[in-house]
Amino acid sequence: MFEYAPAPESRSVVDLKPSYGLFIDGEFTEGSGGAFKSVNPATEEVLAEVAMADAADVDRAVAAARRAYDQVWSKMPGAERAKYIFRIARIIQERARELAVLESLDNGKPIRESRDVDIPLAAAHFFYYAGWADKLGYANLGPNPQPLGVAGQVIPWNFPLLMLAWKVAPALACGNTVVLKPAETTPLTALLFAEICQQADLPPGVVNIVTGAGATGAAVVSHPGVDKVAFTGSTEVGRMIAKQVAGTSKKVTLELGGKAANLVFDDAPLEQAIEGIVDGIFFNQGHVCCAGSRLLVQESVAEEVVDRLRERMKTLRVGDPLDKNTDIGAINSAEQLARIRTLTEAGEAEGAKRWSPPCELPERGFFFAPTIFTGVSQAHRIAREEIFGPVLSVLTFRTPAEAVEKANNTAYGLSAGVWTDKGSRILWLAQRMRAGVVWANTFNRFDPTSPFGGYKESGYGREGGRHGLEAYLDV
Amino acid sequence: MSETKKKAAKAVKPAKAAPATAAAKTAKTAESAKAAKAVSATVAAEAAPAVEAAATAPAAPIASTSSRSSVRKTYKLYIGGAFPRSESGRSYAVTASTGEFIANAAQASRKDARDAVRAARAAQPGWAKATAYNRGQILYRIAEMLEERRDQFAQQIAGVEGITTDAAYAQVDATVDRWVWYAGWSDKLAQVLSAANPVAGPYWNISSPEPTGVVALLAPATPTLLGLTSVIAPAIVGGNAVVAVAPDASALPAVTLGEVMATSDLPGGVVNILTGGTAELAPWLASHLDVNALDLAGVPAGSDLARDLEIAAAENLKRVVRPTAGQDWTTDPGLSRMKPFLETKTVWHPIGI
Repeated sequence: MFEYAPAPESRSVVDLKPSYGLFIDGEFTEGSGGAFKSVNPATEEVLAEVAMADAADVDRAVAAARRAYDQVWSKMPGAERAKYIFRIARIIQERARELAVLESLDNGKPIRESRDVDIPLAAAHFFYYAGWADKLGYANLGPNPQPLGVAGQVIPWNFPLLMLAWKVAPALACGNTVVLKPAETTPLTALLFAEICQQADLPPGVVNIVTGAGATGAAVVSHPGVDKVAFTGSTEVGRMIAKQVAGTSKKVTLELGGKAANLVFDDAPLEQAIEGIVDGIFFNQGHVCCAGSRLLVQESVAEEVVDRLRERMKTLRVGDPLDKNTDIGAINSAEQLARIRTLTEAGEAEGAKRWSPPCELPERGFFFAPTIFTGVSQAHRIAREEIFGPVLSVLTFRTPAEAVEKANNTAYGLSAGVWTDKGSRILWLAQRMRAGVVWANTFNRFDPTSPFGGYKESGYGREGGRHGLEAYLDV
Repeated sequence: MSETKKKAAKAVKPAKAAPATAAAKTAKTAESAKAAKAVSATVAAEAAPAVEAAATAPAAPIASTSSRSSVRKTYKLYIGGAFPRSESGRSYAVTASTGEFIANAAQASRKDARDAVRAARAAQPGWAKATAYNRGQILYRIAEMLEERRDQFAQQIAGVEGITTDAAYAQVDATVDRWVWYAGWSDKLAQVLSAANPVAGPYWNISSPEPTGVVALLAPATPTLLGLTSVIAPAIVGGNAVVAVAPDASALPAVTLGEVMATSDLPGGVVNILTGGTAELAPWLASHLDVNALDLAGVPAGSDLARDLEIAAAENLKRVVRPTAGQDWTTDPGLSRMKPFLETKTVWHPIGI
């Protein structure tokens, strides 16, 4: 691979404070549960200290959200609510550079992705849902849609601002108020979003942000004042939440793990398929719940596909997330890196063949080279468990029926990919995939107008589109 | 029919706890006797207001005075299109609201529940693949077959629920109407719930509903027939297969509904009906990893059982419909019981030349 000169994005656009408080009732306040540090995973540098919200803080946040709901937000005409949400969308666009840099600093994702995917999509979600605020009666969900009340939202670290947008935008459009807990490793863009709410003059209490770890999230989910719970994260935690809310009247949506199959047929346009495979698993370091982590290739082209894939992988640049040339940034945390290592070691131990392109990883920070496993069987852990890293398992199939059988042989059902030139086969497969999103001849596409969510143990409910409104309405 | 049975039962009242008599013939014998009456009953129902027809046509209370003993019906489970007894060999006595013995019903076991789930799983893909037109026709056929047995159901319902014959007929009619209503949904659900999404890019993208798979339904105890229909019909119209638990006295109309289904071109296994105790069967269905969704209609809202079942269902993230306190089964159900058992699939494809 020929060398590129480094092209680092300047971080001067971000004004990091040494410490951040909680955002409750329109103001930043101290937390009473101590503090934790948010680390740049690419350098292990401490970026800031962030307040840890305890149960009392969550209490305050829910109370503020309830007041704002009762007194202001649920009473406000939809057309007025819309204008605040449009304002937020605009401010995200105006401060896009700052948000992208901060996202890459805190999360470790390449600036190319935070700049071109995360931030624009986050703004697009606010734009899309802003327009729904005064048109809920036209959403075809029921004759008299009403908001639910206070939404408790817990989001993951893989797309910090985008997941916030997926949750906050529809909640506000429908007239709910929110208490949101960002992930403990990536709280910073959510706190910058709090400033954006202030700039937009959003009434105090409509959006509250409580930072912390698992205990804070549990306090939000189980708080009796919370009417709706929305969670994106692991299936394990999703299961705990489903148990926590059992017997209550809380409405719940869960976006959980995945182990998507990406099917390549012998008539597929291979150049495009290779790009799709790379995008499917190496986008965002593979920290994507809908990542195409199981590649199923028709036997007759398996060798060629794997050879081409190896060639393509040799051109992936791993390293500094702030470098505009970087394709694969840092793994989000030491803990996640350890998990990826454990699972890849299990892959080797169980007999699969591991390969990574020659690449030098930075000495500091959490990095993992893009990796593929061949000779994988359906029983291997690397074919069954979500790795959530840049690790692809390659399996083969002979007939379309076998492809469907293997693709659906998982407890998950979030996404699937199909690569073939034959339209009728695409439709045949799309019908048979037990997955909430099927990408045919493309992969990892997202859009605010487009419902996203899982079958089976990938969770329930949909986010995005007209369907995404339902989670926040009593219909 | 059940009126005569009741009279007969009165005569042998001391034998209240008698086991299901082995001498009883299969349902078919009773049915063919019924069939002769059916034509005139249907004509009457169409010609005159239904309730009046019912009130003026009581079953002849002659069994106890006739020299002929009636052939009583053995109530069995409905699993995979067949009518087996419970593998456990258990049955329980169904009594009228006044306390008199009506019949023994099969008391389903954990194994029966597992068999029913297996039958539902086997039947589900074929049912989902059937055209919406075909599924609608079959649901409408269920309504037709039910209509034909108005008298039988009304008498059974009046007996087990202790309501007036008029009220029982009204429930049967509401049930028939509900099957017809849901039949019409089969080919409209996708239109109402789908979306063509205007994504910002050169992609074709459409979202449409699909069945979630196997649904376990805990039917309410009353109204017996309308309650059971109100949970089964919305689940199957979208292509799911179901295992329904009909508790207590609702067993009798439930088994008879099974007979209606068995003669309605509904593929065996799409609907499976277990009779017996909800509290005994529900935990096995709630924790069964091959069940995709759970309707808690027949469990008291706010009860510990409801909470425990929801916790068990969380293990494989079943879609759960929670019970509603004071649910009125006679009102328009809307989409409330169809949507929870439908997934939304979004398919993307690039646009280009």
